[in-house]
Amino acid sequence: MLKFIKHHMTGIDGIEIYPIISLSIFVLFFVGMLIWAFREDKSKIEELKSMPFD
Amino acid sequence: MELEKFEYDNKIVRNFTVATMIWGVIGMLVGLLAATQLVLPDLNLTSWLTFGRIRPLHTNAVIFAFVGNGIFAGVYYSLQRLLKARMWSDKLSNINFWGWQIIIVSAVISLPLGYTSGKEYAELEWPIDIAITILWVVFGWNMFATILNRRVKHLYVAIWFYLATFVTVAVLHIVNSFELPLHFMKSYSWYAGVQDALVQWWYGHNAVAFFLTTPYLGLMYYFIPKASGRPVYSYRLSIIHFWALIFIYIWAGPHHLLYTALPDWAQSLGVVFSIMLIAPSWGGMLNGLLTLRGAWDKVRDDVVLKFMVVAVTCYGMVTFEGPMMSLKSVNIISHFTDWTIAHVHIGGLGWNGMLTFGMIYWLIPKIYKRELFSKKLANVHFWLGTLGILIYAIPLYWAGFMQGFMWQDFNPDGTLVNKDFLDTVTKLKPYYTLRAIGGGIYIIGVFIMMYNVFKTMLIGKLEVNEAVEAPSLPKLIGKEEGEHWHRVIERKPVRMIIVSLVVILIGGAVEIIPTFLVSSNVPTIASVKPYSPLELEGRDIYLREGCYNCHSQMVRPLRFETARYGEYSKAGEFVYDHPFQWGSKRTGPDLHREGVGNKQNRPDSWHYLHMLEPTDISPGSIMPSYEWLIDDDLDKTYSERKITAMRTLGVPYEIGYEEKVLEEMEVQARGIAENILKDLQPDDFSPQQVNKLKEKEIIALIAYMQRLGSDIHKDSEEILNK
Repeated sequence: MLKFIKHHMTGIDGIEIYPIISLSIFVLFFVGMLIWAFREDKSKIEELKSMPFD
Repeated sequence: MELEKFEYDNKIVRNFTVATMIWGVIGMLVGLLAATQLVLPDLNLTSWLTFGRIRPLHTNAVIFAFVGNGIFAGVYYSLQRLLKARMWSDKLSNINFWGWQIIIVSAVISLPLGYTSGKEYAELEWPIDIAITILWVVFGWNMFATILNRRVKHLYVAIWFYLATFVTVAVLHIVNSFELPLHFMKSYSWYAGVQDALVQWWYGHNAVAFFLTTPYLGLMYYFIPKASGRPVYSYRLSIIHFWALIFIYIWAGPHHLLYTALPDWAQSLGVVFSIMLIAPSWGGMLNGLLTLRGAWDKVRDDVVLKFMVVAVTCYGMVTFEGPMMSLKSVNIISHFTDWTIAHVHIGGLGWNGMLTFGMIYWLIPKIYKRELFSKKLANVHFWLGTLGILIYAIPLYWAGFMQGFMWQDFNPDGTLVNKDFLDTVTKLKPYYTLRAIGGGIYIIGVFIMMYNVFKTMLIGKLEVNEAVEAPSLPKLIGKEEGEHWHRVIERKPVRMIIVSLVVILIGGAVEIIPTFLVSSNVPTIASVKPYSPLELEGRDIYLREGCYNCHSQMVRPLRFETARYGEYSKAGEFVYDHPFQWGSKRTGPDLHREGVGNKQNRPDSWHYLHMLEPTDISPGSIMPSYEWLIDDDLDKTYSERKITAMRTLGVPYEIGYEEKVLEEMEVQARGIAENILKDLQPDDFSPQQVNKLKEKEIIALIAYMQRLGSDIHKDSEEILNK
């Protein structure tokens, strides 16, 4: 079964770029998440924080 | 706003809690037996009680039965409350509960009987693997449907950890369990050698990450605030903690394979990501501890918080130690020694154990609506647990360092100081004794907890269905104006789970795909040939007896290793190994160069006598006797089919080879039997004795042992002649 997967992937032109693209997607996502986490409204954060007590 | 009346299901929480305690005690007692066997080898009473078979039982029981039930107990309790909804289906909850227990029972039966896939922490055979997959889907389905039916708008951070756990464990389990069934309880890994090792440790490492860590972090983010009455220190940090942790963790698996035949680039990648892992791990640890800021006075009085503080502290220690152990220079000592065992037990006993106990002490009084039977006993448990961890771990760290350095010691003339591997083992016995005592103390604590909890249950009454009220929420789940994008993700669980999946797949894909694609990653060696049918049978006995639990098959390219064992192991030597058997711990010596033509070059009769009674050959050895291999006849029912199976997996046996299998086995077995008898009874053995001996299991095992690592010595001329 594995040989079908292997064969399938080697058949894709320029597959080497895939991991680079996925890494870039993650880095962008991560940076966006950082920016969001630090800019998020304080009252909203307090609301989320208190969820276990509601 | 209209209030809806509904009930939380507490019975399922109670059931999982009881199962957690019972399986915890069983799993730990099996561990104690295994630990004691290292000091008193006579405790290897029967074939099914040997160290090689019960060590997998211990690891599987503690990980999947103790921690597994602990996860379900904590998730089923916190999920309902965080979502203000009863579990979506009581039927699914019960299937989850009973199904999981049946799986555990099947493991308890099958592992001691020797049914194993031979891959660490994934030993269970294929029918059980399928059952686990189905049960995991049941759990995920129930959790997911509950999330969709919730009465709150947002998903608290604990639930993100639960979702990531669900999706990642599913991926890991399925990818690592690709195997070709031979019969009802036997299968071969789809992958071979280096690829199998990489997939296995990608799985093994992330089983630690996504079974022992992320769900417990979710529990930490719920139960520490609940027990301390204070919200989590920084919610922003928890968001960063979550995404960074699940992304980075998945890359770190290759640090289990440093200095092995794994390609260098993959090893380096594993090291880099392991170091990076300190940041999110410590972010989470500090977030947990700082939640208690200003409430440390409560820790003095509240036993639940004491357990949790020790748990989170242990988490901080192991997550600092782990990255350090992934540095190549440190790994030379820690790999294959007891250092690793000490490390994982700080995690297991400290982080998972203590958090579970804290959670149980907090949760049982809540659902039984009464105080804990005895706070004093809980305090006794706390101190026994903490002391037990210390007495367990400190001697074992010492033993690890000692043995690691003993292996490396050279005399001025360039010879090894400890030529005999056994010398480095017998010196560890006092430390092994202390370790067993530490483990024993820890287990006494668990028994005290069981007594305390069952007493609480008997006096109190379970509130099976806890009535609550909350506003219904159909209209609230919608987009707000000016809403941030991350809120959209966390409001929509489907998106959340898909993004988590993508994040964890990136690391796995970058590591695993190139190893399968680029043939230069596993250079082939012309003289390495497939195993003979008899050797293949012997290999299956090696797997059945769990030899990999004490013996590695991986000589690292280090001077002190090659001086002891011979030529270092090459990737191309393992291309026909389904599954790989590199091992992770050397309680006994490495076996990769055990075969003919290598440094050891032992006669067949040596192996025969050694398996019959190891202490006769090596006085002081702690290896059990394997006398049943000498009594039992080899089962050849599947010998031909094994060749067919291996061919399906890519091993180049010629077509029609199956017809010659029995004949070739007969020739090879007869040769070995004659060698043994010639040595043991030089002038005095009959053809009947040869005929009897050649049928025994031991003959197949010796055939395999004598083949190990011997192919690279066969010169090319001999191969051309063949």
